Amino acid sequence: MDKKQFVIAVYVENKAGVLTRVTAMFTRRGFNIDALTVGETEHPEYSRITIAMSGDSLAKEQLINQLKKLLVVKKVEVLEEDPIKRELMLIKVLNKSENRSDIMTAVDVFRASVIDYGVEGMCIEVTGSPSKIDAFVKLMQPFGILEMCRTGIVALDRGNKTLFSE
Amino acid sequence: MKLTGAQILIRTLIEQGTTDVFGYPGGQVINIYDALYEYKDQINHVLTAHEQGASHAADGYSRATGKVGVCIATSGPGATNLVTGIATAMLDSVPMVAITGNVPCSLIGKDSFQEIDITGVTLPITKHNYFVNNIADLADTVREAFTVAKSGRPGPVLIDIPKDVQVATYEYEEQPVTEKLPIPKVKDKLIEEAVALVNESKKPYIYVGGGAAGLGLGEEIVAFAKKIGGVIGCSFMGLSAIPQESDRFLGMQGMHGHYASSMAQNEADLIIAVGVRFSDRATGNVSKFAKKSKILQIDVDSAEINKNVKVHLGLVGDVEDAFKRIADKCEAQDNSAWLNRVDQLKKEEKGFEEEIAAAAKAPLTPKRVFDIINELKPEATITATDVGQHQMWAAQYATFDRPRRFVSSGGLGTMGFGLGAAIGAYVATKDPVVLITGDGSFGMNLNELATAVSYKIPVVIVLMNNGVLGMVRQWQTLFFGKRYSNTVLGRKTDFVALAKAFGADGYLAETEVEFKKAFEQAVKANKPTVIDVRIDKDELVLPMLPPGGAIDDIITKIK
Ligand SMILES: Cc1ncc(C[n+]2csc(CCOP(=O)(O)OP(=O)(O)O)c2C)c(N)n1
Ligand SMILES: [Mg+2]
Repeated sequence: MDKKQFVIAVYVENKAGVLTRVTAMFTRRGFNIDALTVGETEHPEYSRITIAMSGDSLAKEQLINQLKKLLVVKKVEVLEEDPIKRELMLIKVLNKSENRSDIMTAVDVFRASVIDYGVEGMCIEVTGSPSKIDAFVKLMQPFGILEMCRTGIVALDRGNKTLFSE
Repeated sequence: MKLTGAQILIRTLIEQGTTDVFGYPGGQVINIYDALYEYKDQINHVLTAHEQGASHAADGYSRATGKVGVCIATSGPGATNLVTGIATAMLDSVPMVAITGNVPCSLIGKDSFQEIDITGVTLPITKHNYFVNNIADLADTVREAFTVAKSGRPGPVLIDIPKDVQVATYEYEEQPVTEKLPIPKVKDKLIEEAVALVNESKKPYIYVGGGAAGLGLGEEIVAFAKKIGGVIGCSFMGLSAIPQESDRFLGMQGMHGHYASSMAQNEADLIIAVGVRFSDRATGNVSKFAKKSKILQIDVDSAEINKNVKVHLGLVGDVEDAFKRIADKCEAQDNSAWLNRVDQLKKEEKGFEEEIAAAAKAPLTPKRVFDIINELKPEATITATDVGQHQMWAAQYATFDRPRRFVSSGGLGTMGFGLGAAIGAYVATKDPVVLITGDGSFGMNLNELATAVSYKIPVVIVLMNNGVLGMVRQWQTLFFGKRYSNTVLGRKTDFVALAKAFGADGYLAETEVEFKKAFEQAVKANKPTVIDVRIDKDELVLPMLPPGGAIDDIITKIK
């Protein structure tokens, strides 16, 4: 069966220890997660966990069913084929004079922004789809990446569909 | 009415229908024990020799009745001693509530004396767990724990209560017993699809598991088999669900299952799986499992569908209701060719059994031990077991005259489970209990003999003493060139004297006559008894599907 990346959104109780329960289940069941983010939602009592995982349809079905068994999970939904996916990255690169204009061009083209600037290095903020971020990282590699961190993806379905609409 | 947390806990247990608890006191549950003292007319506490024994007793209590078993332990080592028992209950979906004390909230996280993060430890082996740090939540948490433990697919729930919450006071108001959460019924359209699959089948095999065992559907399943021209097999956990006298019942399938049952499952064109989870011990190599068959699976847990084997149709919801609706709507069929084929398999099975019996070297064989027990045991006897060869012989040979009469650790395979579980089963039912154990397993928790004696629990302990860790040794015999690394016990334990030292009766049995006499006396004496039954160390549990093997690899003979 073909392996594909899919994105799952999970509403969980906004309480201490909930994320541990979810991630402990992944470990125990041997699920290999590509990315996971958590944050507040429009309902203060819930947090939303966004999970990206690669696998066939059976793995997807297992993941959803195992998630539904956790008491802290209120709602699980697979996002549609091509949801809106966004990720944010902070990346610190060497600021060598011979590379400066190439870096600034990339920042421009990617609609990124320089948020800290020094003679030794600069810090750039980029937002976009994971593949856009990947591309930016690749571009920066020859210039010398000092440090970087990515948030992992957040995702919503397109249109007016929500997790709670059916 | 204002009560302390400890009183609220015990009052809520009573309110939820708990009449017996198993446990062991300690510093961080001393308030709970004080409340138990206060309410001792309404709730019976059984003091075990070890918290592990208490956890297995709560488990056995539940397996024998379907009620939620309850155990209590102090923080730290008391709590960790429950872990094996909780995991055992988890893997066999047994409803249980485990209660632990913990250090006061102000000392949490400081590596205080006997402080353990028991909710962290038990996270993957509980259905859910709670750390109650506010007395206002206590009663409702206990109520929710009972609901969670018994609803849907049952399982163990742990509640950790810090000492200050036990001491604090709060308003308590009695509430009715919480109901199980309703289980959705399977949709009509899916029932119709299932009925079509059954009607199409020329070789149906009904495969019954633990999810059906407690439902008391035995007669209905036999009637269904007769109606559709099918046969019945079960997983280890499904034992005692089906009336054994039925000629449609082939017994347990799988690694040590009956030959005819495993073979028929492999040759069937439809497996109707009722509350069974296709564990690796049951399927062997899944890629070669039941290749000629379609699978129709009915289960309460959606995560069991397509988890281990890919099924053609999975029905998720109320198992009993779905089964009955399917049984009702199916067409009657005779499928005589299939039944004839199964008869032939049964004949082959008989042949193998006779060969094994003829090859016996010792005066007492495992099969004969069970023949005698089956003949002499009183009505309604519960058979509890430990883990090893003796357990598999029990699964193959023991008879059960009603459901919930087989109490044995299937999923976790916990040596040392049996005695505690037997005690729990007796406390729950007051029915006769026979424990089948091995010399290795018995050594793990034989301290609970003290409990059995103190509480006058007349468990008859049949210790199948082969002098070895027989099941592991069997693997060494078959797959490790007879290199018997650390499986030959060579102990000098005098089990008869040991039984007497605990205040129980003890007998040695080396022949059929001796065993018969000892068993009869044990049943009559109505007190805890150990019968040290000597059997040959080279006895094998057969047939055997080698681990990860397929049906063609089945071993039916001693080489
Ligand atoms: C707690 C625990 N430790 C180890 C094992 C592995 N194990 C499975 S069967 C077995 C041997 C059991 O020996 P005994 O109780 O004498 O039973 P027999 O097989 O000889 O009938 C062992 C060590 C286990 N199942 N449980
Ligand atoms: Mg042994």
